[in-house]
Amino acid sequence: MTHAVLPETETRSEPGWLRRNKLAIAPWIFLIPALIFFAIYVVIPIFESLWLSLYQWNGLYDAEGNSTAVWVGFQNYVKLWDDPNFWTSLRNNIAWLVLYMLAVPLGLFIALFLNQTVTGMRFYKSMFFFPFVISQVVVGLIFGWFYNPDFGVVGTVWKAMFCEETTNILGNTTFICERPVPDILSSEQWATYGIIAAGLWPQIAYCMILYLTGLNNVAADQIEAARLDGAKGWKMLWYVVVPQLKPATFIAVVVTVIGALRSFDMIAIMTQGGPFGSTNVLSHYMFEVAISEYGERYGYGSSVATVLFGIMLFFISYFLWRMYQDEKGGR
Amino acid sequence: MFLNLKTAVAAIALSAVAGTAFARDLVINFDDLNPGPKKGFEDAVEKFKAENPDINVIVNINDREAHKTAIRNFLTADAPDVTSWYPGNRMAPFVDAGLFQPVDDVWEENGFSEDLSAIKATMSRDGKIWGVPYSYYQWGIYYRKDIFGLLELEEPQTWDELLAACGKMKENGVTPFTIGTKFLWTAAGVFDYINLRTNGYDVHNALTAGEIKYTDPRIVATFDNWEQLINECGFVDNHASMSWQDAIAPFANGDAAMYVMGNFSVDGYKNAGLTEDQIDFMPFPTISADVPPAEEAPADAFFIPTNAKNVEDAKKFLAFVARPDVQTDWNKTIGQLPINSKADISDDKFIQEGFALLNAATGLAQFYDRDAPAAMAKAGMEGFQEFMLDPSKKDAILQRLDEVQAEVY
Repeated sequence: MTHAVLPETETRSEPGWLRRNKLAIAPWIFLIPALIFFAIYVVIPIFESLWLSLYQWNGLYDAEGNSTAVWVGFQNYVKLWDDPNFWTSLRNNIAWLVLYMLAVPLGLFIALFLNQTVTGMRFYKSMFFFPFVISQVVVGLIFGWFYNPDFGVVGTVWKAMFCEETTNILGNTTFICERPVPDILSSEQWATYGIIAAGLWPQIAYCMILYLTGLNNVAADQIEAARLDGAKGWKMLWYVVVPQLKPATFIAVVVTVIGALRSFDMIAIMTQGGPFGSTNVLSHYMFEVAISEYGERYGYGSSVATVLFGIMLFFISYFLWRMYQDEKGGR
Repeated sequence: MFLNLKTAVAAIALSAVAGTAFARDLVINFDDLNPGPKKGFEDAVEKFKAENPDINVIVNINDREAHKTAIRNFLTADAPDVTSWYPGNRMAPFVDAGLFQPVDDVWEENGFSEDLSAIKATMSRDGKIWGVPYSYYQWGIYYRKDIFGLLELEEPQTWDELLAACGKMKENGVTPFTIGTKFLWTAAGVFDYINLRTNGYDVHNALTAGEIKYTDPRIVATFDNWEQLINECGFVDNHASMSWQDAIAPFANGDAAMYVMGNFSVDGYKNAGLTEDQIDFMPFPTISADVPPAEEAPADAFFIPTNAKNVEDAKKFLAFVARPDVQTDWNKTIGQLPINSKADISDDKFIQEGFALLNAATGLAQFYDRDAPAAMAKAGMEGFQEFMLDPSKKDAILQRLDEVQAEVY
């Protein structure tokens, strides 16, 4: 008996390091796989790309496999400052940020509208949610055709209103228009707004679904109480419902800001940054100067990416700080 | 014991090397999966195999866009013995990085300097020749013969005749030119031709090599002529939202009568329902009578990477693809023009006209986006598109292209 007890007391008085710290270590063990991949695919490339932005490089290695990059210091950033295309892209990024925010209130109103019990409501809800499910590329294609001045909806409606059908010299049908058909995606002024409108379509659906789930959690007793106090309409919405939707609003704003900053697919599909670079945003401009057929300036592209990274970092830090504050308050 | 093992391994390795060397692998990367070009290439490879039974030819065919990306990797990582690529400035980054090897000896031994003389300058860089071309095609104006017939128009030979013909078309409700500038390069074709006819081949080369500015009076004169073409002839509306294929629609419908294009577009016209009687080809009219004729004729060629393992047979293949009989068959299959002046051509009327045109040319431009470096080409073509949409911005555009030029070269 005593024989058996002795070793046990020994382990109890002298537990292994692993055992003593198991509570602190366990989470790290579970995190390791994710951390490794995050480091390889996210963190290291970020630093590589920051480093690359200090070089001039056309992406080629010589026959021995040495990089042909040349160190240029901060010259890429100086060039960026004087590059009108960069400023156009930045301006468009801001336009995206501002106008994309419309998705939040519009999503809220659609959610409020759909948050009622009518037969077939699930069907309507799924129809409204539909644009978010289909790929951005498909949305871009659909809107590209929609805006097409020859065979799109815009062109057809315009022709019906302002154009006259005649026959041309060979006897084929053709149209003669009082005013030329608006060519939205080829117009320097309107193309960006045309793409943003297309981008809003799925984004509104996204915000809507966030608000729909949020509305499920709105306390019915508070609504009741407010109603007894005579609140209705806008006041009810603003002072009773919206404050309770704060978590949903926060997430909707976050995804919309990030969605606006990473807008790439639609631009690539609808205009490729054209006409003459007027619909570029930073992410697409980076692609254009670095990876596209007429690019091959990887250092310069990296400097564009760095600027975009800085802007994103600003927003993301703010969001993380806000979340941290909320959690502290919650405790 | 250990030493023995090592020699044994070395012996096995050596025999393995000798074994592969005996079979003589020749790896060729080609860049076109479209049925015609693929067949042309494969037929040529079969013929090469029949003539060289001791060479084991391995062929990798990729799609054109994928090839453009892949070549940047495989030249360093896993080089084939022969790869297809494009001359002019498109080969410059690879030549400068030392990824292609010069093939002057192939040219010398086979007398290519004479048979392929028109393209020699384009294949050269830093005083050396870097590849062997197998095909090219002409650019010019494709027009609706039936519309010209109805309006009793002849093929215009000079700029004034062209403008006069345009006037007559517009009176009859026909838009003179169709074009689709969504992907930019079509506008560069129009620019190149007006520039080649206004200033000639040397100025084209000097401009794309960054030796003269865009605000140079000669280039300004080119743009003035272009503005005249836009105002007095005119292009279809909404061209900035059309691809070159989309732009065939108004041409096929008879709304537009002319199209500045390359010969590959003929298939597009035929697919749109036009017959050979309805379409015809004419050279771009002369603008300044004392400028010697030069044409756009983008060529496709083969190159030998520096890291090629079987250089000897690679050179054999390069000599083979430029042979008159090989180029004759190949280009008949793909509907383009052989570069070897001793080769025969098919009896297709567009090919016949193109062959005559290019043989009379004193210089062959490769196309603005192949002659100019990538960054310049992109900015330049965006400028051309902007100019076509609003010619009044000319000065601002040229100013900006000068700034890009100063930065790129």
